[in-house]
Amino acid sequence: MTILVIAEHEGGALKSATLNTVTAAAKIGGDIHVLVAGAGVAAIAAEAAKIAGIAKVLTAEAPALEHHLAEPLAALIVALAPGYTHILAPATTTGKNVAPRVAALLDVAQLSDITAVVSADTFVRPIYAGNALATVQSKDAIKIITVRGTGFEAAATTGGSAAIEAVSPAADPGLSAFVGQQLSKSERPELTSARIIVSGGRGMGSGENFALIEAVADKLGAAVGASRAAVDAGFVPNDFQVGQTGKIVAPDLYVAVGISGAIQHLAGMKDSKVIVAINKDEEAPIFQVADYGLVADLFKALPELAQELDKK
Amino acid sequence: MKVLVAVKRVIDYNVKIRVKSDNSGVETANVKFSMNPFDEIAVEEAVRLKEAGKATEIVVVSLGPVAAQETIRTALAMGADRGVLVQTDEEVQPLAVAKALKALVDKEQPGLVILGKQAIDDDSNQTGQMLAALLGWSQGTFASKVELGDKATVTREVDGGLETVALKLPAVVTTDLRLNEPRYASLPNIMKAKKKPIETVTPADLGVDTSPRLVTLKVEEPAKRKAGVKVADVAALVDKLKNEAKVI
Repeated sequence: MTILVIAEHEGGALKSATLNTVTAAAKIGGDIHVLVAGAGVAAIAAEAAKIAGIAKVLTAEAPALEHHLAEPLAALIVALAPGYTHILAPATTTGKNVAPRVAALLDVAQLSDITAVVSADTFVRPIYAGNALATVQSKDAIKIITVRGTGFEAAATTGGSAAIEAVSPAADPGLSAFVGQQLSKSERPELTSARIIVSGGRGMGSGENFALIEAVADKLGAAVGASRAAVDAGFVPNDFQVGQTGKIVAPDLYVAVGISGAIQHLAGMKDSKVIVAINKDEEAPIFQVADYGLVADLFKALPELAQELDKK
Repeated sequence: MKVLVAVKRVIDYNVKIRVKSDNSGVETANVKFSMNPFDEIAVEEAVRLKEAGKATEIVVVSLGPVAAQETIRTALAMGADRGVLVQTDEEVQPLAVAKALKALVDKEQPGLVILGKQAIDDDSNQTGQMLAALLGWSQGTFASKVELGDKATVTREVDGGLETVALKLPAVVTTDLRLNEPRYASLPNIMKAKKKPIETVTPADLGVDTSPRLVTLKVEEPAKRKAGVKVADVAALVDKLKNEAKVI
């Protein structure tokens, strides 16, 4: 068995979701190859070659691959597919965009968002917003899989010494073009890989009030998240959203502030190790999953919390 | 241009689902079903395109049991022109749905196909991408803004923010939550929708094999979390986090 892992990278560095995907590949067993596609990816390939457990790193460079557009990237992966039994991508927006396209071109089904490997053809994946876990077996010759990062540890970034081999990119189908992007800038840790997350919901009342959350987050070295209600109300950008339709996180500590705890939000964070809820409504569903609940007005509790954290 | 919209009948998003005691699936008897929320957004976008004079006709398609007609009627009441039900009582997985949709696209020749980004039951997030692949069309997934000209300019919600792509038409677009706010169907429109035509076909009519490629061995409930405790004040909370949970 040989497994191909599609590396995700941005701004000249490998994204951590790639490392979780490598661990999932290692659980399947077999040689693991990593594909780094893009423009000017030599440094990223060198970084990937150091990941423990990798047999080979493939690089594909072409202008069309620079922005990971689904059409040219899928064409490349399909061209490489005959050599592999499994093709794994992180279940990020890029992975979710490309993998099903690859699966359909190969006429195979896809397993989305797996959280555990049972055997080389059987996997566990959450359904119904994480309220049920399905164990699913694939009968296809090539298994196309996206991997939920929070389901697997990150592979070690050192200890490997894989060979790097260039492959020729497939012809660009010329169906799409990158126009531009607006990325949210943040000095804080990335949401999906943060050890601590402090999230705000509708109860925050306004975008300005998120400063109260940021003050606490900075003291904890935490990332800031939000519920859909807070995003829809325009308090914070949508890439802050934690939930079924946003990011799935599983930090050591998740602090939910002014979040009621709808099913769709819980789907994104209920695998966190420790959950803290701060809400003035003691009937809020969030208290049913919280390890520590504080029934209090967040406008009083957050400044107090920031102060308390100073007393170390 | 003609627009094709795919809609799915799913267990209502507010329902707390229950896993069957024999672990074969989730309980679907006596449970409220409704249109997948992302598909409502897809229908709304198609109707807005028609209102803006960019779309001429909206065809709404659903795969599933006879009851999926209700879902199609809902879309017709929102403003779609006619419906197609691909009737089957079997489980259909995204690849099979994509193949059935491809057969309908070949027949109907729309200039744009709009789907929701994922169904809230299987949470797959595959069908739109698979359809685009089978058709050899471009794809604009997780769309939060769609503009039609001689190309489709689609703003996509990606992990770090937003990304804009230009797609050659015809194209497949999948909707994200913030694309629009779906309208409620008014009573007169619900009545009018009853008169709009719904054609019924079977997967066999379309020459599509819908047999599942993935076998679900079992469905289980996730592990329950231990009951937590309420703390009296912020100082007690910080103390617990430091000394009991040891996470800060």
